[in-house]
Amino acid sequence: MSSNTTIQPFLRLSGLEPLIIRPEMNFVNVGERTNVTGSKKFARLIRDNQYEEALSVARQQVESGAQILDVNMDDAMLEGVQAMTTFINLLQSEPDIAKIPVMIDSSKFEIIEAGLKCVQGRCIVNSISMKEGEEKFIAQALICKDFGAAVIVMAFDEVGQADTKKRKVDICHRAYKRLTEKVGFDPQDIIFDPNIFAIATGIEEHNNYAVDFIEATKEIKQLMPLTKVSGGVSNVSFSFRGNEHVREAIHSVFLYYAIKAGMDMGIVNAGQLVVYDEIEPTLKQLCEDVILNRNNDNNEATEKLIVFAETVKAKGKVEVRDEAWRNTSVEERLKHSLVNGITDYIDADTEEARLKYPKPLDVIEGPLMDGMNVVGDLFGAGKMFLPQVVKSARVMKKSVAVLTPFIEAGKEKRRLAHEAAGTKNEEGAGAAKILLATVKGDVHDIGKNIVGVVLGCNGYDIVDLGVMVPTDKILDSAIKEKADIIGLSGLITPSLDEMVHIAKEMKRRNMLQPLMIGGATTSRIHTAVKIAPQYDMGVVHVLDASRSVTVAGSLLSKEQKTGFLDTVKTEYDTLKTNFDNKKSSKVYLSYAEALQNKTKIDWANYKPVTPVFTGTKVFEDYSLAEIREYIDWKPFFIAWEMHGNFPDILQDVKVGAEATKLFNDANKLLDKIISEKWLVAKGTIGFWEAASDGDDIYVTTPSSPIKLSSLRQQIKKAPGQPNLSLADFIAPKSANLKDHIGAFAVTIHGIEKHIKAFEAQLDDYNKIMLQALADRLAEAFAEVLHKRTRMEFWGYDKEEQLSNDDLIKEKYTGIRPAPGYPACPDHTEKYKLFDLLDANKAIGIQLTESLAMYPASSVCGWYFSHPQSQYYGVGKITRDQLEVYAKRKEMPIEELERWLGQNLE
Amino acid sequence: MKKIQDCLRERILVIDGAMGTMIQRHKLTEADYRGERFKDWPSDLKGNNDLLSITQPHIIEGIHKEYLEAGADIIETNTFSSTVIAQADYGLQSIAYELNVASAKCARNAIDKFLTSPPTPLQGRGASPRFVAGAIGPLNKTLSLSPDVNNPGYRAVTFDEVVAAYYEQVSGLVDGGVDILLVETIFDTLNAKAAIFAIKKYFRDTKHEELPVMISGTITDASGRTLSGQTLEAFYTSIMHAKPLSVGLNCALGAAEMRSHIEELSTIAGCYTSAYPNAGLPNAMGEYDEHPHQTAGFIEEWARQGFVNIVGGCCGTTPDHIKHIADAVKNFQPRELPVVETELA
Repeated sequence: MSSNTTIQPFLRLSGLEPLIIRPEMNFVNVGERTNVTGSKKFARLIRDNQYEEALSVARQQVESGAQILDVNMDDAMLEGVQAMTTFINLLQSEPDIAKIPVMIDSSKFEIIEAGLKCVQGRCIVNSISMKEGEEKFIAQALICKDFGAAVIVMAFDEVGQADTKKRKVDICHRAYKRLTEKVGFDPQDIIFDPNIFAIATGIEEHNNYAVDFIEATKEIKQLMPLTKVSGGVSNVSFSFRGNEHVREAIHSVFLYYAIKAGMDMGIVNAGQLVVYDEIEPTLKQLCEDVILNRNNDNNEATEKLIVFAETVKAKGKVEVRDEAWRNTSVEERLKHSLVNGITDYIDADTEEARLKYPKPLDVIEGPLMDGMNVVGDLFGAGKMFLPQVVKSARVMKKSVAVLTPFIEAGKEKRRLAHEAAGTKNEEGAGAAKILLATVKGDVHDIGKNIVGVVLGCNGYDIVDLGVMVPTDKILDSAIKEKADIIGLSGLITPSLDEMVHIAKEMKRRNMLQPLMIGGATTSRIHTAVKIAPQYDMGVVHVLDASRSVTVAGSLLSKEQKTGFLDTVKTEYDTLKTNFDNKKSSKVYLSYAEALQNKTKIDWANYKPVTPVFTGTKVFEDYSLAEIREYIDWKPFFIAWEMHGNFPDILQDVKVGAEATKLFNDANKLLDKIISEKWLVAKGTIGFWEAASDGDDIYVTTPSSPIKLSSLRQQIKKAPGQPNLSLADFIAPKSANLKDHIGAFAVTIHGIEKHIKAFEAQLDDYNKIMLQALADRLAEAFAEVLHKRTRMEFWGYDKEEQLSNDDLIKEKYTGIRPAPGYPACPDHTEKYKLFDLLDANKAIGIQLTESLAMYPASSVCGWYFSHPQSQYYGVGKITRDQLEVYAKRKEMPIEELERWLGQNLE
Repeated sequence: MKKIQDCLRERILVIDGAMGTMIQRHKLTEADYRGERFKDWPSDLKGNNDLLSITQPHIIEGIHKEYLEAGADIIETNTFSSTVIAQADYGLQSIAYELNVASAKCARNAIDKFLTSPPTPLQGRGASPRFVAGAIGPLNKTLSLSPDVNNPGYRAVTFDEVVAAYYEQVSGLVDGGVDILLVETIFDTLNAKAAIFAIKKYFRDTKHEELPVMISGTITDASGRTLSGQTLEAFYTSIMHAKPLSVGLNCALGAAEMRSHIEELSTIAGCYTSAYPNAGLPNAMGEYDEHPHQTAGFIEEWARQGFVNIVGGCCGTTPDHIKHIADAVKNFQPRELPVVETELA
């Protein structure tokens, strides 16, 4: 229970992360280098508009341990409000800097307000005071409070800056009363700056300034314990400017005593603080004397320190910063810069990589893309967040910018070469164009904008149509702008339907551009299930902005596009199948209802074709030369992890050469296989009279009839869509028709001997090649026999005129589903198929105990001839069907559960 | 009548569920959105849900009524996008103020009718007061992120513009009669700070009695941060100057994903805490399919642990969810306010 929770009155600040100033924190470093009055370098950078480098000053402060960042733009040469706004806005897009709170530092209140308007975190205002009277002080404090800022109050009143201890304490106490009583400030949100003035100036009145500060601090903290004390530490050593070594020692000693007195925070150069204990003893002693104003009659201590100071050369300290990554390989360095959003070295590193790689484009596609992929993965895992990703994109852009002239020059060179040779130059001109839009009805566009900038960073031309864009406008613009990719975004649910609609329209208009889908409610699975099936030219879901780069890259690369889209399509098909199956688990019919919703076939008006023969026919040694003509080469290349359509893949710019070589090798081996009779193709087909009854098919054989049992889909279908079962495709007993079913089994024998031979020669290449070819031959053989079945043996489609490509796309009439595959997932039906065909004896295929076929290159299946028969997946079935099915098959339900695990709810 | 502060001391209050989800159920057409008044408006208006408070007020009132009947103590006005900035998408900047007044009235009317109608068995808490929270949404433009990566210092909108937009919204909501102001679905804390700034300014300018402010942020992703990159505690620290009645989380996450954040918030917040998660994460089809009893189950556990003072639902939740939530938390004590020390221990 939370009843004992207490909230302590600590000063709480925040950047992207909280900073709670607890008593045990001892001292909070405020980074001071982002101050135009204190840092010449920073001032010059701001004046020259070199904000990017100015940001690295801020980053260096954070890396050196600053916990709060002081930002000051008070320079006569600057338009302060604008400089503050610009710099703070930039800071906010640097997550590694923005993680710490900002201290907005100005003597002009309008500049302070400008800064406050840009920071989401809880800031400190540095500073307000009563120098122009209480009224103004209260008015300004009120504004600070409305912004939720803590305030630094300078010990300054109408009379002037407080120098003595008493004045410091009095002014601070008066301010405290006004703030807590009139403005409503919490005491812990008040920070006092009781003025640190320079000591050791040679002017005697200055000698006690450090002591005044330290003692005032002590008293302020006693009087107002929740308040904080801060100060600009470097002021104290102002008279030693130019001698950093001595200044650091003075700061360190001063802080040592001031912190003991209760000072909570200070503006310091976080990178340059020497450890108190590490100061050389003589110097430390001298510093203590001037700070504590000891042994200092007639400026004695001051003089001693000045003399000492002249003896030490300024031994400026090396900046402490972990630069070890600079020693790694150029790829690692590029990755580091991308992941960490560092632009400092990107130009040089890119140039180094350019010289190392054969082509400038290789740098982009290699190390840069690798780095962006790491970014994408980290983002996906929640280890990076969006602003960092956007920064990485900027680094990427810078790197690409270095490479672009070389890529262009290369193109120009090739163009000239083409011109000289009189050949055609096929390289497109200009950057690829990506059109982005938030779909109609949706007004959310932050995500889309991010994708736009990230892609823009990567050199793409972005056409952003904005929000609520109607389909026609998107598609018309895509045509007008000659966009290479269309990207759709949406955040609300109805946008999903709109995207489906756009995909349909793109198909209707015969568009060619690939479609990228993104946005909060979109998903890979929705894209796969609903959008991708509507449009054939490529639909890809993009998970997040960082991934949009690689996706767009793949879609625009001539070498990668086909393979990429193939991979995506395969993946989406799988997702869709899985989804369709899973969906049934949620909404399914009872088995009885599913049976009612069987395929509607008008048997009364159907005349089944009778096969030329009944019984079986065996092919002992089928011509491999003939089979070879029916090979589907695409799976062959996929087996070799080359994705692409055949025969296009042979011409593919990237893999074409390798693919051609592989294809030639395969054909050479095929020639040998055929001429030297390495392999033997055996097959058998058979036809029997059959009639269905419910989901069983009764097959008439010379001996006793065999009952085949099929499973029925139970997915709840759209109105008018049947719940399919193979039994639907055979005329029911009641129709009194003489219908038939067929079956086939084919196998490729003789591979083992040759495999062994290749193994003996350690020739993995040909071993795999042979296996892949045997598989292809078995599949092709099944295709040959199915074709001949349709045209001659069963002869229900004697006029068929289909190319091999059409066969691969299953454009024929009738089906040849295999037991164990989606339409008849029950492997145990294979026993019946083998019995009918006597496949073991006739052609030598054995069934293993898990019902796999041996030789491995074997295919079997049923033949259905009805024109309405179709391929489908049974998907999930429910218990009621399983129970009926077990009864029909007279098999123990447990055994069936094992075989049908994938299909059970 | 009892004030909300009194109710919060006694029990866990229930805030209503999704407005958009309920509007979707009406399957409204472009013409429905337009109504008579905007029938010739040049741009599409379908999807401008806030506009329905003017063109189809009976639908909005009806939805409020369903939530009241389900047991909501607090109902949110239909004003998520009722600002000049958000309405610019529809060219309807000129009616931003009017939208807020109209929506506040829809909610107020719904409560008045509900409290005077004869009680039904569903209304377990017959006479207890009901409150209208004026919903102040996050805007479609953000102050902390640049829409142009080549120019990370660029902002599509200025702080002053955002303050002006919220100021107008606040004046409409207050004039329409809301009881509470609810700055919600905050994904960029700077936008919320502008809203807080506007609220403070409004009450100072008008000398109107200050209304309690509820603040509700949104943790958007696996990093556990807001979209603008802040951690939860940084977010709370950045808005605590509003001295809100409550601070909490809504949207983006379902209750399961929100739990650890609510737990953390309950330990750091000096004020009351609120939580109204989505009905789970959207499924692959973009639908929220967490059942009411599931959502309520998560929230019941938060109540048992003492994490929360105000609970309800965001995207995908329905009156049925709210009813289950109300039933689930009614027997639990509200989270006790932490002791806020004014001296160092």
